[in-house]
Amino acid sequence: MFSLVKKSLNSAQSFMSSREKILEAVLKNQPQTTVLPDISMFKGDKNDIIQRYVDVFKTIGGSAFIVDNLDSVKDLINEHFDVTKRIVTTLPELSDSAELISATVDPHTYEDVELAVIRAPFSVAENGAVWLTDEYMGQRIIPYICQHLAIIITAESIVPTLHEAYEKIGLGSYGFGGFIGGPSKTADIEQALVLGAHGPLSMTVFILK
Amino acid sequence: MKQSETKDHAGLAEDFIKDEERVNWHDGALWYIREKRDIASKQIPEWEQLREAASKIKSNVISNLHEYLLQFEANLTKNGIIVHWAQNAQEHNEIVYSILKAKEINQMVKSKSMLTEECHLNEYLGERGIDVINSDLGEYIQQIDNEPPSHIVLPCIHKRKEEIGELFHEHLGTEKGLSDPTLLTRVARKHLRNVFLTRRAALTGVNFAVAETGEYVVCTNEGNADMGAHLSEVQIASMGLEKIIPQKKHLGIFLRLLARSATGQPITIYSSHYKKPRKGQEMHLILVDAGRTRQLGRTDFRDSLKCIKCGGCMNTCPVYRKSGGLSYHNTISGPIGAILAPNLDMKKHADLPYASTLCGSCSNVCPVKINIHEQLYKWRQVIVKEGCAANTKALGMKAMAWTLSSPGTFTNAGKAGRWFLHNIPFVVNNKLNPWYKQRDMPEGPKESFAEWYAKNEPKR
Repeated sequence: MFSLVKKSLNSAQSFMSSREKILEAVLKNQPQTTVLPDISMFKGDKNDIIQRYVDVFKTIGGSAFIVDNLDSVKDLINEHFDVTKRIVTTLPELSDSAELISATVDPHTYEDVELAVIRAPFSVAENGAVWLTDEYMGQRIIPYICQHLAIIITAESIVPTLHEAYEKIGLGSYGFGGFIGGPSKTADIEQALVLGAHGPLSMTVFILK
Repeated sequence: MKQSETKDHAGLAEDFIKDEERVNWHDGALWYIREKRDIASKQIPEWEQLREAASKIKSNVISNLHEYLLQFEANLTKNGIIVHWAQNAQEHNEIVYSILKAKEINQMVKSKSMLTEECHLNEYLGERGIDVINSDLGEYIQQIDNEPPSHIVLPCIHKRKEEIGELFHEHLGTEKGLSDPTLLTRVARKHLRNVFLTRRAALTGVNFAVAETGEYVVCTNEGNADMGAHLSEVQIASMGLEKIIPQKKHLGIFLRLLARSATGQPITIYSSHYKKPRKGQEMHLILVDAGRTRQLGRTDFRDSLKCIKCGGCMNTCPVYRKSGGLSYHNTISGPIGAILAPNLDMKKHADLPYASTLCGSCSNVCPVKINIHEQLYKWRQVIVKEGCAANTKALGMKAMAWTLSSPGTFTNAGKAGRWFLHNIPFVVNNKLNPWYKQRDMPEGPKESFAEWYAKNEPKR
């Protein structure tokens, strides 16, 4: 009798989809509900935030410049990068010296970009990372495929920690967003640090005062 | 894959430690990462509170997983991501295959995903004519050497640069003898860039999946996940059920802990939040059980599902550092692997909870405060009770229980041991005694504490 019941249960189960079976097992096995902790006390310190950002960003292998305006950015680009190669940007102000990124062309066509210059809405002092969304990137692939990445932020947009960063981001209406904290790197071969794994070989941040 | 099915952890570790120079290097390299983790964590005054908060959030996830999974699924669907559910490795692999087959794709690029390693996805697809390339440099190196990763964050940490140079010479045509890490990385960069540009499908793992928004976060240092994903027309993400977190703001807690615990970096270079497909792109996400719901039902072991895969417990573990990840014969090695693996196959992994000194260092560095060393101890009890322990271990335990249960036998055994060590040491200092391997036996004391105390007890 018992084996019959078991059999019919088994065959009933076989009609269930994997989704239903997994969800049923989760419901059966999960313990009694515990509450979420309050995390509102996690906050950073705003003191000396620009200098702290610059210091951290340099330790992770980036270069940072505090500048007064976009003309200084143009000068620094001319000084530090090979401007004979392909330079792309999302800033109309730079369109005299760089090609404007198209949101609609095939992303593969950006394969030969030497330098991409884009704005970011803010950066994070504790870890040096900038926050970008597809809207700021022009195309999702841009900050990853370029050989060198340059980001323009305003000094007042820097936040102390990731807690303030996520407060700023909120739920977000982007399709893709990401923190980028320095040039791509690897230490997979004997723990020797190498800058420029698959993404950019260098990352520069221009901080507009 | 080169993987020994017959030897246990002790046997495989024995092979690894034959090369003393390599063991010492391996030990030192991992300890250096542990030290970097310490420096990074000490710069955050609220570090311990962050660990506590992370642990509590993960407790909440485990206790509400059913609801969060439904919420996550609904939000993914709203975002235009196609959701799949897989009960086991086989189903997972079939789903990936069917997605690729529908698009007539026979080449895929993959970023780091321990789950797909666990599922042996590459082999499964390979047998069906689909070529997969691992794009994380360490995983790529392991793949061309036909070996599984030995560490979840540093897949080829057990290899020396000369060995990698030799592999590159054989597979990528580099000059013989080239072993400079920068030059080798440049060669791989060039080769893999061409892979990214020519693959129509990209698969990534998942670090965190936000139930509240239906987005998932992938962390890399190399940028390989993004290079693959943003150039693909089909993007697939594979995740274990336990990767869910409730709310977006919780990412602040986990991303602050993850890289600092893993490598001592303040954040991984890329923390990418995937939410909606690009125009013209198709996005799939596969939710995989593969033993996770069973582990959820094990009261003593369910907290292992809190793991965020930082590898901190491996870097600090004296046994891992001196035996190498491959000796654990499981995709996830080290202390965390040793508490996850017995759930998958208790008989096959019965040796792993014994690959520990129970020193507790793993639990002390764990960013989500998993009681790893306590679970290792508890698994030993379960394994013996279920009759999965190796015979020598079971016999030894019985002999010890007999000796320790009677003061008379304990005293006599101690006396006998001391007598042997003093008078005929070769009886214990020989190859038949496993404890003697790579160690010298200590000089035995002249008397036991009980004997000393009897002589020196103050006369009242």
